[in-house]
Amino acid sequence: MPRPVRYNLSGENNMKLVKEGPEGLEGEGYFATSLDKVVGLARKNSIWPLPFATSCCGIEFMATMGAHYDLARFGSERVGFSPRQCDLLMVMGTIAKKMGPVVKQVYLQMAEPRWVLAMGACACSGGIFDSYSVLQGIDQIIPVDVYIPGCPPRPEAVIDGIMKIQDLVGNESLRRRNGERYKELMASYGIQ
Amino acid sequence: MLSNDTIKARLIDKFGEAVTNFAEPYGMLTFEAPKDMNLKVIQFLFDDPELRFRFLTDLQAVHYPHEKERELAVVYHLHNLTDNIRIRFKVFTGITNPDVFTATKIFEAANWMERETYDFYGVNFVGHPNLKRILNVDEMDYFPMRKEYPLEEQTRVDKDDEMFGR
Amino acid sequence: MSDHINLPEGSIGKHTTTLNLGPTHPATHGVFQNILELDGERIVSAEQTVGYIHRAFEKIAERRPLYQITPLTDRLNYCSAPINNMGWHLTCEKLLGIQTPKRVDYLRIIIMELARISDHLICNSIVGVDTGAYTGFLYVMQYRELIYEIYEEVCGSRLTTNIGRIGGFERNFTPKAFERLEKFLREYPEVLKEFNNMFRRNRIFMERTIGVGPISAERALNYGFTGPNLRAAGVDYDVRVHSPYSSYQDFQFTVPVGSTGDCYDRFLVRDQEMWQSISLIEQAYRKVQEFKGSESEVYHADVPEYYLPPKQDVYTKMEALIWHFKIVMGEIDIPPGEVWMSVEGGNGELGFYLISDGGRSPYRLHFRRPCFVYYQAFEELVKGSMLSDAIITMSSLNLIAGEMDG
Repeated sequence: MPRPVRYNLSGENNMKLVKEGPEGLEGEGYFATSLDKVVGLARKNSIWPLPFATSCCGIEFMATMGAHYDLARFGSERVGFSPRQCDLLMVMGTIAKKMGPVVKQVYLQMAEPRWVLAMGACACSGGIFDSYSVLQGIDQIIPVDVYIPGCPPRPEAVIDGIMKIQDLVGNESLRRRNGERYKELMASYGIQ
Repeated sequence: MLSNDTIKARLIDKFGEAVTNFAEPYGMLTFEAPKDMNLKVIQFLFDDPELRFRFLTDLQAVHYPHEKERELAVVYHLHNLTDNIRIRFKVFTGITNPDVFTATKIFEAANWMERETYDFYGVNFVGHPNLKRILNVDEMDYFPMRKEYPLEEQTRVDKDDEMFGR
Repeated sequence: MSDHINLPEGSIGKHTTTLNLGPTHPATHGVFQNILELDGERIVSAEQTVGYIHRAFEKIAERRPLYQITPLTDRLNYCSAPINNMGWHLTCEKLLGIQTPKRVDYLRIIIMELARISDHLICNSIVGVDTGAYTGFLYVMQYRELIYEIYEEVCGSRLTTNIGRIGGFERNFTPKAFERLEKFLREYPEVLKEFNNMFRRNRIFMERTIGVGPISAERALNYGFTGPNLRAAGVDYDVRVHSPYSSYQDFQFTVPVGSTGDCYDRFLVRDQEMWQSISLIEQAYRKVQEFKGSESEVYHADVPEYYLPPKQDVYTKMEALIWHFKIVMGEIDIPPGEVWMSVEGGNGELGFYLISDGGRSPYRLHFRRPCFVYYQAFEELVKGSMLSDAIITMSSLNLIAGEMDG
């Protein structure tokens, strides 16, 4: 649970005790909310991204991770390269048809719950490479949660995309991944 | 200092009528030889103490579908680093029997360049140690850079606009 | 599991291990695969697979008018995109017979040398990361942003710049761009010095890189090495000197060479090249400042057939409107010809072989991509060395997957 911080510099009385937190019942010394929201809060501020960087967008991602833009502010400084430990697959750059099965394999190796972020025009739709060797968007092989357009997107756009993912993660119901709709979605990609 | 005229004279001295089509587009000496002589020419250019073309800058193919029996051209760009002069050397081959001798014995650099050329155009480099596709998937059953094959990914359905689509 | 793993005959009894490095291994810094055969930790053989981001540039280029090919060149070596853009523009200018004014040449040199710095900076700091010094990388990444800010001021984008046009630049450098350039020239040498202090005589770094992945000059030439990797092996071949383009002949600079061609030499050569680039930028900036009067406003050659007219003229003048329409719609035929042009890219000789049959788009365009050519020497470089040395060798070669796969 986040530490209550009092920012009451201007003398307001109805300020929330918790700076950023879920709706809930609070009083002197306690705070009650639903499990969903607590789990969401924990998850969204500790996303472990798996950077699947293939080309130009990877260089912009390096800039985003670097000191200037500092993705670590969003609880995502731990970039993991093992799919089994990561929650967020960030696909950055062109995915050629030769690479397609590798992306899918990496996605399959990730544990639920998992999210996918497609960064850049190539990952979203094939971009300017409407050619025989390029996969026309990674959503043909794996489901995507957030698309970041741009060729390549600026680091600010990447940060915005990460914040969108945080919204999704924070508001996701705990039951979603067991639901029929989700199973249908997975089945449409041929994933069990 | 080596000049284009000297190179040309040396080549004609050595190979006579076999080397043809001398030209100098934008100052670079360009010539052609029959495809079964490509190694002899390259080896001569490499060994000759005056010519010393010992750096293979580039190797690629070009497809000319309308020239019968000369559909594929394999183009070598060679560089003499001592005298700083470049030449371009072409061999032509028919598309039904695209066999050209490999230059890998002379230049290690030719290895992947020839694989790439095979991958794109299907030029069969005889004697190449490992001639298989390099950039495209192994299952591909055509040579995509040949002029008759389309550029676009054929599975897309959203680009069917009458004015701006395909 | 037996479906997935097919052990070859007799593999149980053999003494070597097969290790699959890539295509998504964190240490490969790009998508290529190495299948290493290991005896303990020593590499017995290596087989590289590339093509994981093959995007068919050459095929796309056959369907595009000249000016639309510039964005493709951006995406070859994306660490130094402006050099590729300029190389392509120079190729077109050679084919079309366009003479660029001196001021354009000097501005181009400023941009190209900035790109070279950012390219070498990434490579050297990644070598640092692979030898265990992450700090250097984070430190210089911040100063690469200064270079990106200059690009932004000149052309509006950071990484895939699409900078300039055939015949010059799309707009003049603003005073702010020069201001930022001055800031860069002021701040960056200090940082580079500090970065060097961290590595150059660092015992750990030296032990990890000296004698690792060496290649002799003769083998390097035979393998078609170019750029810093060839110079590290002791051959002073630099396209900027051998066939000067964009008025490089007006400048004073030295070509640093190494002796053994190992990772340490490659690091040092890149490092020295950055210093040379800084000096080149300073010289070019001084020359740019010397232009007076109307000359100081020149930023493109006068070629209405290929250079887009200013937008306000398009709205008010008939002729400008016609040129604008013709250029944008790709209505202008290119003269037939066959041209080879090469520039000194971030990691070697970047060549363009353009054949035009007189149509609107090239008949054939081939890119000589330096890292595609020299990556094939990888097996020879790492054979017999340790696994961890292979990683450093790979990063010190500056392999850019986008460029390699074309």
